[in-house]
Amino acid sequence: MVLIRDLLIQGAQMFLVLLAAPLFTGFVRKVKARLLRRQGPPLIQPYLDLVRLTRKEVVLAESASWLFRVIPYLVFAATWIAASLVPTFRTGLLFSWSADLIAIIALLGSGRFFLALGGLDVGTSFGGIGSSREVMIASLAEPAMLMIVFTLALIAGSTQLSTVAQFMASPQVGLRASLALTFVGLVLVAIAESSRIPVDNPATHLELTMVHEAMVLEYSGRHLALIELSSALKLILYVSLLACLFAPWGIEAAGAAPPALAIGVATYIAKLAVGGFLLAVFETSIAKMRVFRVAEFLGVALMLGFLATLLRFVSESF
Amino acid sequence: MPVLADILAQGQRVVGHRPWPRYQVTPEAWNQAASAIAAGRASLFGLWGDTGAAPMVNMAIIEESSGDIAVASLACPMRKFPSVGALHPPAIRLERAIHSLCGLEPVGAPDTRPWLDFGFWNVKHPLGECAPVAAAPGAYAFLPAEGAALHQIPVGPVHAGTIEPGHFRFTASGETVVRLEERLGYVHKGIESLMAGATIERAAQLAARASGDSTVAYGIAFAHAVEAALGIEAPARARYVRALMAELERLANHLGDIGAICNDAAFALMQAHCAVLREEVLRAAARSFGHRLMMDRVVPGGVAADLHADGPNVIRALLQDIRLRFPRLVELYDNTASLQDRTAAAGVVSVDLVRRFAASGYIGRASGRGFDARKTPGYAPYDRLDFTVPVLTEGDVDARIWIRVREVEQSLQLIEQILATLPGGPVATALEGGDGEGLGLAEGFRGDVLAWVRLDGLSVVRCHLRDPSWFQWPLLESAVEGNIVADFPLCNKSFNCSYSGHDL
Repeated sequence: MVLIRDLLIQGAQMFLVLLAAPLFTGFVRKVKARLLRRQGPPLIQPYLDLVRLTRKEVVLAESASWLFRVIPYLVFAATWIAASLVPTFRTGLLFSWSADLIAIIALLGSGRFFLALGGLDVGTSFGGIGSSREVMIASLAEPAMLMIVFTLALIAGSTQLSTVAQFMASPQVGLRASLALTFVGLVLVAIAESSRIPVDNPATHLELTMVHEAMVLEYSGRHLALIELSSALKLILYVSLLACLFAPWGIEAAGAAPPALAIGVATYIAKLAVGGFLLAVFETSIAKMRVFRVAEFLGVALMLGFLATLLRFVSESF
Repeated sequence: MPVLADILAQGQRVVGHRPWPRYQVTPEAWNQAASAIAAGRASLFGLWGDTGAAPMVNMAIIEESSGDIAVASLACPMRKFPSVGALHPPAIRLERAIHSLCGLEPVGAPDTRPWLDFGFWNVKHPLGECAPVAAAPGAYAFLPAEGAALHQIPVGPVHAGTIEPGHFRFTASGETVVRLEERLGYVHKGIESLMAGATIERAAQLAARASGDSTVAYGIAFAHAVEAALGIEAPARARYVRALMAELERLANHLGDIGAICNDAAFALMQAHCAVLREEVLRAAARSFGHRLMMDRVVPGGVAADLHADGPNVIRALLQDIRLRFPRLVELYDNTASLQDRTAAAGVVSVDLVRRFAASGYIGRASGRGFDARKTPGYAPYDRLDFTVPVLTEGDVDARIWIRVREVEQSLQLIEQILATLPGGPVATALEGGDGEGLGLAEGFRGDVLAWVRLDGLSVVRCHLRDPSWFQWPLLESAVEGNIVADFPLCNKSFNCSYSGHDL
């Protein structure tokens, strides 16, 4: 009975992120549009886009290999699993023993690896540009992310996300300088990894400035739908990660009473709304940076992660 | 004109060419004139072929210090003429276009590839012998750039956004652009062929459609040319109304551009606000003149319709609104460091190149060339209005934005002056047929538009329209060199050259 209930909750978590991801993207777009005094597309537009894309015919380049067709599924699977491992409304889920922060980074990393391969596969120049830029960003973002993970692991004594989240929610955590540094670092990494302004512009039509969009330029139909859904999942993953680590209030501990579950879901939705709003405001108030400035941007994240780890070594209380 | 006078005086002055003289010159004088331009003693203002009874090429020359303009004509009975481009590179594309359209061959030209003719026309040299040929689109040989680390990026002619078509061939070393080569001509509509033999009225409509964003400027340039050829003048009120429309057009385009450039740096906030202001200008234009872009409102002899009765009030309200909101947008631009980081020092055009190409408009003014057709040689009513031409020397994207900002301010002031001093009287004079040739100039938002026309009665024998973009497009190639590939859209938008007006 308990097993079935746990399975159900785990399943609910998986489908919650999957279903909420397009809505979240739609919400960010809507807020951005309102900030620009525009009406903006309806909130459910990303769902409609996905439906439209799945109905469309897949146009494949003649030079596309089998890998090109498989990649959207691989990327989607890796991203979905990663997204469903992040605690959203409840910690200690059935699969939480596997919800290791390093595993999540590895899943996202392999997704990106395949996507970059897909960009190169067809052999067009835009795919190549996109892949090379994406890999450049990734090579800077991943070390920063790892340093951040190490700090968190040192503080919480585990790299398992569920445990870290529980620790963060407990009063033991206190005010720590290293956590503040980690927070800023993780925000920078999240912006870069989910292809947002100022690193990339998800709404651009300028093929020469694209990063993620250039890489997936040759995809169409259901393949594109899967990739778009993966991007939406990645965005919600990072917001959920930030929420569960730095705003763990309301998250339901394992084995709590059913009303706590409802509170967990409600606070999660509230956190997403706040996160989406802040993201939209940030994106509206800043211009995109030059491609090579990304190194400095992510360099800051790396240094913050580094500093936070060092602080932990200097003193337990930081 | 002191420098060129000696050269051109060797030739024979053509009767009936107004307001500036045209000389029939010898090949020696032609070469001397080309050398004088190459040496920087005068600027190339236009170069076009004329294949009437006697084929010839015409070269418009301007001496910027005095504002003197002259046209040198060289008869080419063998359908060949000595290349100007061999001495003065800005002429190269104009000569390639002459060869594509008229079949006149520049001898000794450094680049003999076709410019406008892609082999899809079913005729050869449509303005020349117009011989039918089978369509034979061939491969275009792009300029080579060799090296192990270099790779090519073909962009366009169809782009991801809704912009005009043009092909850009980048050779890049990683992210750094080593060479950019433009290939234009995709929007060739055959306007000059359509104009040959058309009535003046019809030709004016065609001229107004050469480049939709500069429809008023083209209308004024064409009207100036026709009026000069017929030896008439538009009534004073018509000239003021034209200037009013021209300034509204400048205002609308500059506001749109400022927003669009910022949007290319993913700063959509600026575009959202600028687009609202631009829309207000267009609505005020629609209420005052009955058309948002004021198309076909300028006609040879005057204007098609007078300013609407409540036009002055509508426009004054518009000015008030822009005066209130525009400074805050300028402040926003100035205070957004992330945006400045993109625009400053990106896409620099050197002062020297701008002078050589005689590039006008904001591109010239951002790189130290303060030429403005409203001042030199000048035309009514600007001689009675008080305004300054902003000039900067940085030559980067930021400078081109600031020139636009300053020009918006000047245009606001000009519109106020025009409304305050608008004279009464008729707005058009009837056209009586006549023979003659005329050269007309107008300062559009992009730069000076040149129109040359030869009339026979009330119909046009030959008309040539020269868009300012002819001398701006090549500079984009230089501006992008050494920048990163991802900065090209920003540089391109800050140039905002015309495809349609250039491809004709």
